[in-house]
Amino acid sequence: MENLISIFLNSVFVGNILLAYFLGMCSFLAISRKMETAIGLGLAVTFVLSITTPVNWLVYHYLLSPGALAWAGFPRVDLSFLKFIIFIAVIAAIVQALEMIIDRYLPPLYIALGVFLPLIAVNCAILGASLFMVERNYNFIESVVFGASSGFGWMLAIVTMAGIRKKLRYANVPKGLENFGISMIITGLMAMAFMLFSGITL
Amino acid sequence: MKITRTKAFKIFFTPIWESNPISGQILGICSALAVTVQLKTAIVMSLALTFVLACSNLLISLMRKLIPRNIRIIVELTVIATLVIFADQVLKAFLYDVSKQLSIFVGLIITNCIILGRAETYALGNPPFHSLLDGIGNGLGYSQILITVGVLREFFGAGKLFGFQVIPDAFYAAGYEDMGFMVLAPGAFIAIGLIVWLQKTVSKE
Repeated sequence: MENLISIFLNSVFVGNILLAYFLGMCSFLAISRKMETAIGLGLAVTFVLSITTPVNWLVYHYLLSPGALAWAGFPRVDLSFLKFIIFIAVIAAIVQALEMIIDRYLPPLYIALGVFLPLIAVNCAILGASLFMVERNYNFIESVVFGASSGFGWMLAIVTMAGIRKKLRYANVPKGLENFGISMIITGLMAMAFMLFSGITL
Repeated sequence: MKITRTKAFKIFFTPIWESNPISGQILGICSALAVTVQLKTAIVMSLALTFVLACSNLLISLMRKLIPRNIRIIVELTVIATLVIFADQVLKAFLYDVSKQLSIFVGLIITNCIILGRAETYALGNPPFHSLLDGIGNGLGYSQILITVGVLREFFGAGKLFGFQVIPDAFYAAGYEDMGFMVLAPGAFIAIGLIVWLQKTVSKE
Protein backbone atom coordinates (compact mmCIF):
# COMPACT_ATOMS: atom_id res chain seq x y z
CA MET A 1 0.00 0.00 0.00
CA GLU A 2 2.77 2.39 1.00
CA ASN A 3 4.47 1.57 -2.26
CA LEU A 4 1.34 2.54 -4.22
CA ILE A 5 0.99 5.86 -2.38
CA SER A 6 4.60 6.63 -3.13
CA ILE A 7 4.10 5.84 -6.85
CA PHE A 8 1.08 8.15 -6.82
CA LEU A 9 2.86 11.06 -5.16
CA ASN A 10 5.92 10.57 -7.29
CA SER A 11 4.10 10.57 -10.61
CA VAL A 12 1.84 13.50 -9.72
CA PHE A 13 4.48 15.81 -8.26
CA VAL A 14 8.19 14.95 -8.35
CA GLY A 15 8.25 12.90 -11.54
CA ASN A 16 5.36 14.69 -13.23
CA ILE A 17 5.13 13.25 -16.72
CA LEU A 18 4.95 16.69 -18.29
CA LEU A 19 7.16 18.84 -16.10
CA ALA A 20 9.93 16.35 -15.37
CA TYR A 21 9.83 14.09 -18.44
CA PHE A 22 8.52 16.59 -21.00
CA LEU A 23 5.88 14.24 -22.41
CA GLY A 24 2.77 15.60 -24.08
CA MET A 25 4.23 19.05 -24.65
CA CYS A 26 2.62 19.58 -28.06
CA SER A 27 -0.98 19.32 -26.90
CA PHE A 28 -0.03 21.06 -23.66
CA LEU A 29 1.06 24.16 -25.59
CA ALA A 30 -1.75 24.04 -28.12
CA ILE A 31 -4.74 23.38 -25.86
CA SER A 32 -3.90 25.42 -22.74
CA ARG A 33 -5.40 28.68 -24.04
CA LYS A 34 -8.86 28.12 -22.56
CA MET A 35 -9.76 26.73 -19.16
CA GLU A 36 -12.71 24.55 -20.29
CA THR A 37 -10.79 22.81 -23.07
CA ALA A 38 -7.81 22.31 -20.76
CA ILE A 39 -10.01 20.55 -18.20
CA GLY A 40 -11.66 18.46 -20.94
CA LEU A 41 -8.39 17.32 -22.42
CA GLY A 42 -6.92 16.69 -18.96
CA LEU A 43 -9.84 14.42 -18.06
CA ALA A 44 -9.59 12.60 -21.39
CA VAL A 45 -5.86 11.98 -20.95
CA THR A 46 -6.36 10.70 -17.39
CA PHE A 47 -9.13 8.41 -18.56
CA VAL A 48 -7.19 6.98 -21.52
CA LEU A 49 -3.95 6.59 -19.52
CA SER A 50 -5.66 4.64 -16.73
CA ILE A 51 -6.92 2.16 -19.33
CA THR A 52 -4.05 1.89 -21.81
CA THR A 53 -1.21 1.47 -19.29
CA PRO A 54 -2.65 -1.70 -17.64
CA VAL A 55 -3.76 -3.11 -21.02
CA ASN A 56 -0.28 -2.61 -22.41
CA TRP A 57 1.09 -4.26 -19.25
CA LEU A 58 -0.98 -7.36 -20.02
CA VAL A 59 0.06 -7.31 -23.68
CA TYR A 60 3.72 -6.93 -22.79
CA HIS A 61 3.82 -9.58 -20.08
CA TYR A 62 1.75 -12.21 -21.88
CA LEU A 63 2.90 -11.69 -25.48
CA LEU A 64 6.08 -9.69 -25.89
CA SER A 65 8.55 -9.94 -23.02
CA PRO A 66 11.35 -12.55 -23.17
CA GLY A 67 9.85 -15.95 -22.39
CA ALA A 68 6.30 -14.60 -22.28
CA LEU A 69 5.11 -16.98 -24.95
CA ALA A 70 5.95 -20.01 -22.81
CA TRP A 71 2.21 -20.73 -22.40
CA ALA A 72 1.96 -21.18 -26.18
CA GLY A 73 4.96 -23.49 -26.34
CA PHE A 74 7.63 -20.98 -27.39
CA PRO A 75 9.66 -20.42 -24.20
CA ARG A 76 12.66 -18.90 -25.98
CA VAL A 77 10.94 -16.32 -28.14
CA ASP A 78 11.69 -12.67 -27.32
CA LEU A 79 9.42 -10.22 -29.10
CA SER A 80 10.17 -7.18 -26.94
CA PHE A 81 11.60 -5.30 -29.92
CA LEU A 82 8.06 -5.13 -31.29
CA LYS A 83 6.82 -3.18 -28.30
CA PHE A 84 6.77 0.22 -30.00
CA ILE A 85 4.54 -0.80 -32.86
CA ILE A 86 2.25 -3.00 -30.75
CA PHE A 87 1.82 -0.38 -28.03
CA ILE A 88 0.91 2.35 -30.49
CA ALA A 89 -1.56 0.02 -32.22
CA VAL A 90 -3.15 -0.93 -28.87
CA ILE A 91 -3.44 2.74 -27.92
CA ALA A 92 -4.98 3.74 -31.24
CA ALA A 93 -7.45 0.85 -31.06
CA ILE A 94 -8.47 1.59 -27.47
CA VAL A 95 -8.96 5.29 -28.20
CA GLN A 96 -11.11 4.45 -31.22
CA ALA A 97 -13.16 1.90 -29.26
CA LEU A 98 -13.61 4.26 -26.32
CA GLU A 99 -14.86 6.97 -28.62
CA MET A 100 -17.53 4.65 -30.02
CA ILE A 101 -18.55 3.25 -26.61
CA ILE A 102 -18.82 6.67 -25.02
CA ASP A 103 -20.77 7.99 -27.98
CA ARG A 104 -23.26 5.11 -27.69
CA TYR A 105 -23.75 4.86 -23.92
CA LEU A 106 -22.66 8.13 -22.30
CA PRO A 107 -23.65 11.04 -24.56
CA PRO A 108 -22.95 13.79 -21.98
CA LEU A 109 -19.40 12.52 -21.50
CA TYR A 110 -19.00 12.32 -25.27
CA ILE A 111 -19.93 15.96 -25.62
CA ALA A 112 -17.29 16.86 -23.04
CA LEU A 113 -14.46 14.59 -24.20
CA GLY A 114 -15.36 13.57 -27.76
CA VAL A 115 -13.37 16.20 -29.60
CA PHE A 116 -10.21 15.38 -27.70
CA LEU A 117 -10.15 11.61 -28.01
CA PRO A 118 -8.72 11.38 -31.56
CA LEU A 119 -5.99 13.86 -30.60
CA ILE A 120 -4.88 11.62 -27.77
CA ALA A 121 -3.73 8.69 -29.88
CA VAL A 122 -0.63 10.62 -30.89
CA ASN A 123 -0.05 12.30 -27.52
CA CYS A 124 3.40 11.14 -26.46
CA ALA A 125 2.40 11.05 -22.78
CA ILE A 126 0.24 7.99 -23.49
CA LEU A 127 2.93 5.98 -25.27
CA GLY A 128 5.55 7.32 -22.86
CA ALA A 129 3.68 6.03 -19.81
CA SER A 130 3.48 2.55 -21.35
CA LEU A 131 7.19 2.56 -22.12
CA PHE A 132 8.09 3.81 -18.62
CA MET A 133 5.91 1.04 -17.18
CA VAL A 134 8.08 -1.53 -19.02
CA GLU A 135 11.34 0.19 -18.14
CA ARG A 136 10.56 0.46 -14.42
CA ASN A 137 9.28 -3.14 -14.09
CA TYR A 138 5.98 -2.27 -12.44
CA ASN A 139 3.60 -5.09 -11.57
CA PHE A 140 -0.04 -5.00 -12.67
CA ILE A 141 -1.48 -3.06 -9.72
CA GLU A 142 1.41 -0.61 -9.81
CA SER A 143 0.84 -0.01 -13.52
CA VAL A 144 -2.84 0.84 -12.87
CA VAL A 145 -1.84 3.37 -10.20
CA PHE A 146 0.99 4.72 -12.32
CA GLY A 147 -1.26 5.26 -15.37
CA ALA A 148 -4.01 7.00 -13.43
CA SER A 149 -1.71 9.21 -11.40
CA SER A 150 0.42 10.24 -14.40
CA GLY A 151 -2.78 11.32 -16.12
CA PHE A 152 -3.80 13.25 -13.04
CA GLY A 153 -0.41 14.96 -12.88
CA TRP A 154 -0.65 15.92 -16.55
CA MET A 155 -4.12 17.35 -15.96
CA LEU A 156 -2.90 19.33 -12.95
CA ALA A 157 -0.15 20.86 -15.07
CA ILE A 158 -2.35 21.80 -18.05
CA VAL A 159 -5.11 23.28 -15.87
CA THR A 160 -2.58 25.38 -13.93
CA MET A 161 -1.07 26.55 -17.21
CA ALA A 162 -4.50 27.54 -18.56
CA GLY A 163 -5.05 29.62 -15.42
CA ILE A 164 -1.70 31.37 -15.78
CA ARG A 165 -2.28 32.04 -19.47
CA LYS A 166 -5.59 33.72 -18.66
CA LYS A 167 -3.76 36.22 -16.49
CA LEU A 168 -0.99 36.53 -19.04
CA ARG A 169 -3.28 38.31 -21.48
CA TYR A 170 -2.94 41.44 -19.36
CA ALA A 171 0.83 41.24 -19.18
CA ASN A 172 3.22 43.21 -21.34
CA VAL A 173 5.38 40.52 -22.95
CA PRO A 174 8.39 41.47 -25.16
CA LYS A 175 7.65 41.09 -28.86
CA GLY A 176 9.74 38.05 -29.82
CA LEU A 177 8.83 36.22 -26.64
CA GLU A 178 5.08 36.17 -27.22
CA ASN A 179 3.16 32.87 -27.25
CA PHE A 180 5.71 30.08 -27.55
CA GLY A 181 8.69 31.67 -25.82
CA ILE A 182 6.85 32.90 -22.76
CA SER A 183 4.91 29.63 -22.41
CA MET A 184 8.18 27.71 -22.27
CA ILE A 185 9.60 30.02 -19.60
CA ILE A 186 6.42 29.80 -17.51
CA THR A 187 6.49 26.01 -17.82
CA GLY A 188 10.08 26.15 -16.59
CA LEU A 189 9.03 28.12 -13.53
CA MET A 190 6.20 25.66 -12.90
CA ALA A 191 8.63 22.76 -13.19
CA MET A 192 10.79 24.44 -10.55
CA ALA A 193 7.81 24.74 -8.22
CA PHE A 194 6.95 21.07 -8.69
CA MET A 195 10.53 20.05 -7.96
CA LEU A 196 10.16 21.43 -4.46
CA PHE A 197 8.07 18.36 -3.67
CA SER A 198 11.14 16.17 -4.04
CA GLY A 199 11.86 16.83 -0.37
CA ILE A 200 8.87 14.66 0.59
CA THR A 201 9.84 11.17 1.70
CA LEU A 202 7.44 8.51 2.81
CA MET B 1 19.83 29.99 -62.60
CA LYS B 2 21.72 30.28 -59.38
CA ILE B 3 21.57 27.28 -57.09
CA THR B 4 20.10 29.36 -54.27
CA ARG B 5 17.01 30.12 -56.39
CA THR B 6 16.02 26.52 -57.24
CA LYS B 7 12.99 24.94 -55.65
CA ALA B 8 14.97 22.05 -54.22
CA PHE B 9 17.32 24.47 -52.46
CA LYS B 10 14.41 26.32 -50.94
CA ILE B 11 12.72 23.13 -49.73
CA PHE B 12 15.95 22.08 -48.10
CA PHE B 13 16.94 25.33 -46.39
CA THR B 14 13.69 27.01 -45.24
CA PRO B 15 13.02 24.49 -42.47
CA ILE B 16 16.54 24.86 -41.12
CA TRP B 17 16.04 28.47 -40.10
CA GLU B 18 12.85 30.31 -41.12
CA SER B 19 10.18 27.68 -40.53
CA ASN B 20 12.23 25.62 -38.11
CA PRO B 21 10.15 22.66 -36.86
CA ILE B 22 10.73 23.48 -33.21
CA SER B 23 10.73 27.25 -32.99
CA GLY B 24 8.60 28.03 -36.05
CA GLN B 25 6.11 25.20 -36.30
CA ILE B 26 6.17 24.25 -32.58
CA LEU B 27 6.44 20.53 -33.25
CA GLY B 28 8.41 17.80 -31.52
CA ILE B 29 9.26 19.63 -28.35
CA CYS B 30 9.10 16.70 -25.92
CA SER B 31 12.26 15.02 -27.07
CA ALA B 32 14.07 18.31 -27.66
CA LEU B 33 13.88 19.00 -23.96
CA ALA B 34 14.55 15.57 -22.59
CA VAL B 35 17.70 14.48 -24.39
CA THR B 36 19.70 17.71 -24.25
CA VAL B 37 21.39 17.30 -20.88
CA GLN B 38 24.53 16.23 -22.74
CA LEU B 39 25.80 17.07 -26.18
CA LYS B 40 26.41 13.42 -27.05
CA THR B 41 22.84 12.27 -26.50
CA ALA B 42 21.55 15.36 -28.32
CA ILE B 43 23.61 14.50 -31.41
CA VAL B 44 22.66 10.82 -31.42
CA MET B 45 19.00 11.73 -31.04
CA SER B 46 19.28 14.27 -33.89
CA LEU B 47 20.81 11.65 -36.17
CA ALA B 48 18.13 9.11 -35.31
CA LEU B 49 15.34 11.58 -35.92
CA THR B 50 16.78 12.91 -39.18
CA PHE B 51 17.14 9.33 -40.44
CA VAL B 52 13.57 8.38 -39.53
CA LEU B 53 12.15 11.62 -40.90
CA ALA B 54 13.99 11.42 -44.22
CA CYS B 55 13.10 7.75 -44.78
CA SER B 56 9.47 8.12 -43.71
CA ASN B 57 9.00 11.14 -45.97
CA LEU B 58 10.54 9.26 -48.87
CA LEU B 59 8.54 6.05 -48.32
CA ILE B 60 5.23 7.80 -47.74
CA SER B 61 5.77 9.97 -50.77
CA LEU B 62 6.47 6.88 -52.89
CA MET B 63 3.25 5.27 -51.64
CA ARG B 64 1.16 8.44 -51.69
CA LYS B 65 -1.01 7.29 -54.60
CA LEU B 66 -1.60 3.84 -53.08
CA ILE B 67 -2.64 4.90 -49.57
CA PRO B 68 -6.42 5.10 -49.14
CA ARG B 69 -7.42 8.42 -47.60
CA ASN B 70 -9.39 6.96 -44.65
CA ILE B 71 -6.68 4.80 -43.19
CA ARG B 72 -3.70 7.02 -43.99
CA ILE B 73 -2.83 7.73 -40.34
CA ILE B 74 -2.50 4.03 -39.56
CA VAL B 75 -0.36 3.44 -42.65
CA GLU B 76 1.85 6.39 -41.75
CA LEU B 77 2.23 5.20 -38.16
CA THR B 78 3.16 1.72 -39.33
CA VAL B 79 5.87 3.05 -41.64
CA ILE B 80 7.23 5.33 -38.90
CA ALA B 81 7.10 2.65 -36.21
CA THR B 82 9.00 0.21 -38.42
CA LEU B 83 11.74 2.77 -39.05
CA VAL B 84 11.92 3.63 -35.35
CA ILE B 85 12.30 -0.03 -34.39
CA PHE B 86 15.13 -0.24 -36.90
CA ALA B 87 16.86 2.86 -35.49
CA ASP B 88 16.41 1.59 -31.94
CA GLN B 89 17.90 -1.82 -32.72
CA VAL B 90 20.90 -0.21 -34.46
CA LEU B 91 21.51 2.08 -31.47
CA LYS B 92 21.24 -0.85 -29.05
CA ALA B 93 23.73 -2.84 -31.09
CA PHE B 94 26.39 -0.18 -31.66
CA LEU B 95 25.90 2.56 -29.06
CA TYR B 96 24.52 0.68 -26.06
CA ASP B 97 25.44 3.31 -23.41
CA VAL B 98 23.84 6.16 -25.31
CA SER B 99 20.72 4.13 -26.03
CA LYS B 100 20.40 3.42 -22.28
CA GLN B 101 20.63 7.17 -21.59
CA LEU B 102 18.07 8.03 -24.25
CA SER B 103 15.84 5.37 -22.63
CA ILE B 104 12.29 5.72 -23.90
CA PHE B 105 12.89 8.77 -26.05
CA VAL B 106 13.99 6.83 -29.12
CA GLY B 107 10.69 4.98 -28.98
CA LEU B 108 8.86 8.25 -28.62
CA ILE B 109 10.08 9.34 -32.06
CA ILE B 110 6.94 7.48 -33.22
CA THR B 111 4.67 10.04 -31.62
CA ASN B 112 6.99 12.95 -32.39
CA CYS B 113 4.70 15.41 -34.10
CA ILE B 114 7.38 16.53 -36.59
CA ILE B 115 7.33 13.20 -38.40
CA LEU B 116 3.58 12.75 -38.63
CA GLY B 117 3.19 16.46 -39.35
CA ARG B 118 5.62 16.44 -42.29
CA ALA B 119 4.11 13.20 -43.64
CA GLU B 120 0.63 14.69 -43.52
CA THR B 121 1.37 18.16 -44.81
CA TYR B 122 4.20 17.49 -47.24
CA ALA B 123 4.95 13.91 -48.23
CA LEU B 124 1.36 13.01 -49.06
CA GLY B 125 1.20 15.65 -51.77
CA ASN B 126 4.68 15.95 -53.22
CA PRO B 127 7.08 13.86 -55.33
CA PRO B 128 9.67 11.61 -53.61
CA PHE B 129 12.81 13.67 -54.26
CA HIS B 130 11.38 16.87 -52.83
CA SER B 131 9.91 14.98 -49.89
CA LEU B 132 13.30 13.47 -49.13
CA LEU B 133 14.89 16.94 -49.17
CA ASP B 134 12.09 18.29 -46.99
CA GLY B 135 12.67 15.44 -44.53
CA ILE B 136 16.40 16.03 -44.32
CA GLY B 137 15.92 19.79 -44.07
CA ASN B 138 13.44 19.50 -41.22
CA GLY B 139 15.66 16.93 -39.52
CA LEU B 140 18.60 19.34 -39.68
CA GLY B 141 16.45 22.22 -38.41
CA TYR B 142 15.51 20.07 -35.43
CA SER B 143 19.14 19.03 -34.92
CA GLN B 144 20.27 22.65 -35.01
CA ILE B 145 18.09 23.58 -32.01
CA LEU B 146 18.85 20.33 -30.18
CA ILE B 147 22.60 20.81 -30.50
CA THR B 148 22.43 24.47 -29.43
CA VAL B 149 20.44 23.55 -26.32
CA GLY B 150 22.77 20.59 -25.69
CA VAL B 151 25.85 22.80 -25.84
CA LEU B 152 24.29 25.41 -23.54
CA ARG B 153 23.14 22.90 -20.96
CA GLU B 154 26.29 20.80 -20.85
CA PHE B 155 28.60 23.82 -20.85
CA PHE B 156 26.84 25.78 -18.12
CA GLY B 157 25.49 22.80 -16.22
CA ALA B 158 28.60 20.65 -15.98
CA GLY B 159 31.43 22.75 -17.48
CA LYS B 160 31.97 20.04 -20.08
CA LEU B 161 31.46 19.38 -23.78
CA PHE B 162 31.23 15.77 -25.05
CA GLY B 163 32.13 14.74 -21.50
CA PHE B 164 35.50 16.57 -21.59
CA GLN B 165 36.05 19.36 -19.13
CA VAL B 166 36.15 22.71 -20.94
CA ILE B 167 36.17 25.20 -18.10
CA PRO B 168 39.69 25.16 -16.59
CA ASP B 169 40.29 24.14 -12.98
CA ALA B 170 41.64 27.61 -12.20
CA PHE B 171 38.11 28.99 -12.64
CA TYR B 172 36.73 26.56 -10.07
CA ALA B 173 39.60 27.43 -7.74
CA ALA B 174 38.67 31.10 -8.13
CA GLY B 175 35.15 30.38 -6.94
CA TYR B 176 33.26 29.59 -10.19
CA GLU B 177 30.47 27.08 -9.78
CA ASP B 178 28.45 25.04 -12.27
CA MET B 179 24.80 25.99 -12.63
CA GLY B 180 23.23 22.76 -11.44
CA PHE B 181 19.93 24.28 -12.51
CA MET B 182 20.74 23.83 -16.22
CA VAL B 183 20.95 20.05 -15.85
CA LEU B 184 17.48 19.83 -14.33
CA ALA B 185 14.15 19.95 -16.16
CA PRO B 186 13.34 23.66 -15.62
CA GLY B 187 16.66 24.66 -17.19
CA ALA B 188 15.62 22.97 -20.44
CA PHE B 189 12.31 24.83 -20.65
CA ILE B 190 13.90 28.19 -19.99
CA ALA B 191 16.85 27.58 -22.36
CA ILE B 192 14.44 26.76 -25.23
CA GLY B 193 12.31 29.82 -24.43
CA LEU B 194 15.35 32.09 -24.60
CA ILE B 195 16.68 30.51 -27.83
CA VAL B 196 13.31 31.03 -29.52
CA TRP B 197 13.30 34.66 -28.37
CA LEU B 198 16.78 35.17 -29.83
CA GLN B 199 15.90 33.45 -33.10
CA LYS B 200 12.70 35.44 -33.58
CA THR B 201 14.43 38.73 -32.84
CA VAL B 202 17.35 37.99 -35.18
CA SER B 203 15.29 36.71 -38.10
CA LYS B 204 12.98 39.73 -38.04
CA GLU B 205 15.78 42.16 -38.89
